[in-house]
Amino acid sequence: MSQPAVRAVELSRWFGAFRAVDRVSFEVGTGEVFGFLGSNGAGKTTTIRMLCGLLAPSSGSGEVLGFDVATQPHEIKRRIGYMSQRFSLYADLTVDENLAFWGGAYGLGGARLRERVAWAIEVGALASRRGTVVRELPVGFRQRLALGCALLHEPPIVFLDEPTGGVDPEARRRFWDLIDTLAAAGTTVFVTTHYMDEAERCGRVALMHAGKLLALDTVPRLKARFESGTVVEIACPRPAAAMRHLEGLPAVHEVALFGDLLHAILAAPGAASGLVAALEAAGHAPATVTAIDPSLEDVFIHVISRPSTGREQA
Amino acid sequence: MRALLVILVKELRQLRRDPKILPILFLAPAFQLVILGYAATTDVRHVELAVCDLDRSAESRRLVQRFEGSTYFRVTGRVDDQNGLDRLLQDGTARVALTIPAGFAAERNAGRVGTVQLLTDGSDAMSGSAALGYANGVLRSVAAAGVRPLVELRPVVLYNPDLASRNFMVPAVLSLILMIMTMMLTAMAIVRESETGTLEQLLVTPLTPGHLILGKLIPYALVGLVEALSTLPVALFWFRVPLRGSLLTLLAFTVPFMLCNLGLGLLISTISRTQQQAMMLTAFVFMMPQIYLSGFAFPIQNMPKGFQLVTYLVPLRYYITILRGIFLKGIGIEVLWPQALALTGLGVAILLLARMRFRRRLG
Repeated sequence: MSQPAVRAVELSRWFGAFRAVDRVSFEVGTGEVFGFLGSNGAGKTTTIRMLCGLLAPSSGSGEVLGFDVATQPHEIKRRIGYMSQRFSLYADLTVDENLAFWGGAYGLGGARLRERVAWAIEVGALASRRGTVVRELPVGFRQRLALGCALLHEPPIVFLDEPTGGVDPEARRRFWDLIDTLAAAGTTVFVTTHYMDEAERCGRVALMHAGKLLALDTVPRLKARFESGTVVEIACPRPAAAMRHLEGLPAVHEVALFGDLLHAILAAPGAASGLVAALEAAGHAPATVTAIDPSLEDVFIHVISRPSTGREQA
Repeated sequence: MRALLVILVKELRQLRRDPKILPILFLAPAFQLVILGYAATTDVRHVELAVCDLDRSAESRRLVQRFEGSTYFRVTGRVDDQNGLDRLLQDGTARVALTIPAGFAAERNAGRVGTVQLLTDGSDAMSGSAALGYANGVLRSVAAAGVRPLVELRPVVLYNPDLASRNFMVPAVLSLILMIMTMMLTAMAIVRESETGTLEQLLVTPLTPGHLILGKLIPYALVGLVEALSTLPVALFWFRVPLRGSLLTLLAFTVPFMLCNLGLGLLISTISRTQQQAMMLTAFVFMMPQIYLSGFAFPIQNMPKGFQLVTYLVPLRYYITILRGIFLKGIGIEVLWPQALALTGLGVAILLLARMRFRRRLG
């Protein structure tokens, strides 16, 4: 177990002058659920494509299961599962036909293929849809089928690139239960997402922004970066105007809109008391300020708004 | 080997699943051949002729009758002055106008050469010049009547005694259909996969680019062969184009031609991002120039030297020569081996290039 499932060292990829991924380093342990969190264009997909051997790194190096991504992509492809954000299935083939094809593509046949197809049907709850053409399948089913296809050959590691795009919350929850089951059975799961609630379910989370890895830790430890009492929730009548006002205060590091509430990160825990007075003096009465446990989103906003302190952990 | 089989099964399932593609694959070609077999003809019959007979003699009437008597002309207008002829030529009533001047019979009777004027509508150069040729023939036969010629010419037309352009065109049309279908289908099939994202998914499997290429080419090669076999009966039994050579030779020569088209399809797929692009690219960059430069309609030996050299790179050129040779001349590999060799060479070169580009694009 000394060897990590994935290791990236200064991994970079640029397209012309654009640095899609900029010197990213991290390790993923075997059996871990590793989350890559970032907005669109942060470089998550490019990183995954490099690790899967689909894209050559411009510089730096990457290893998956001990194989080099630049020189041994074939060895890697044989051993990994990959599911892209588009659920790449053949829309004009049935569930069974898709499973048979993708299984065959990984060299499965005969009894082993039948056994694995039965497994995918079961965990994906697809039994009633085996003969349905994928085009006519609801998105949630399609998503579970795509995951099943990616896992037919029992890869020790699976890369999921925004696997829950366009799927309703119930189907997302169900999908994540499936991921937990996989991880419990020892499969390493490398998943990208831009949903905070999904990232909360990962063992460790890497925060990526503009091609750079800004933070990497377990969710509780990421949250623990804030001294208790430094994250507050503010309720007041005109939050957008209040936000502009708060941004000018030296006691406030950052402030962001959360629905019709504001979240602020304060310079020190004691600063909360002065905020109510400051807001009400500026005409934002009545204002209430409550210390809260920071959410992952608070962490994310905090980290990306201070890029100079980025790359804290290699 | 099994990996290849897996892809083939999938491709054939997908083909079968598409309700629109099957008629396109197997009925459209025969239909197209029927249309083109009738439309693509350079034979000129019943050319509209306007007559302005200013002589009004027995001699001049006999001359006009000679024209009417041939199947090449039919008189669609008679006028009394030459201005009238201009009008008929302009509005398309006539494509050829014959003027017999006053005094034509008198000249002839005096033993001198009678002169007539023939105006031809050159805006349609092809049928215009053909009509002129026929008119010359009619006039020559009049001139020769009663005179003992110095030399008697006995022309014999080989291979296609009636000079029926249909016999010449139908085999060429057959080759066009085969080319268009295999090239376009291959290109579209691959581009479709990259559009829907399945190509990327394929690339993270242990399948190699070689598997993927063969898995795409073999089904469409089969489709091409079935197509050739489904259009052949139309050529043979509907148009009654004689097949003097061997059917087996014909099919054997089809293989290297297909290699070229499949390779070009693959090449197109590496250049195009969308199916629309693939279609436009196929039509305008790879299809039309091939047709123009293949000798399909325009004889290669009439082209400028530089263009003639370019035609050596056009697979269709060789295949048309091969088809016409097998159908009409009944020749085989003993004569056509240079064409077969050229096609095979081109096919291999195109495939290698396409494979290189395909790999790099996936890289």
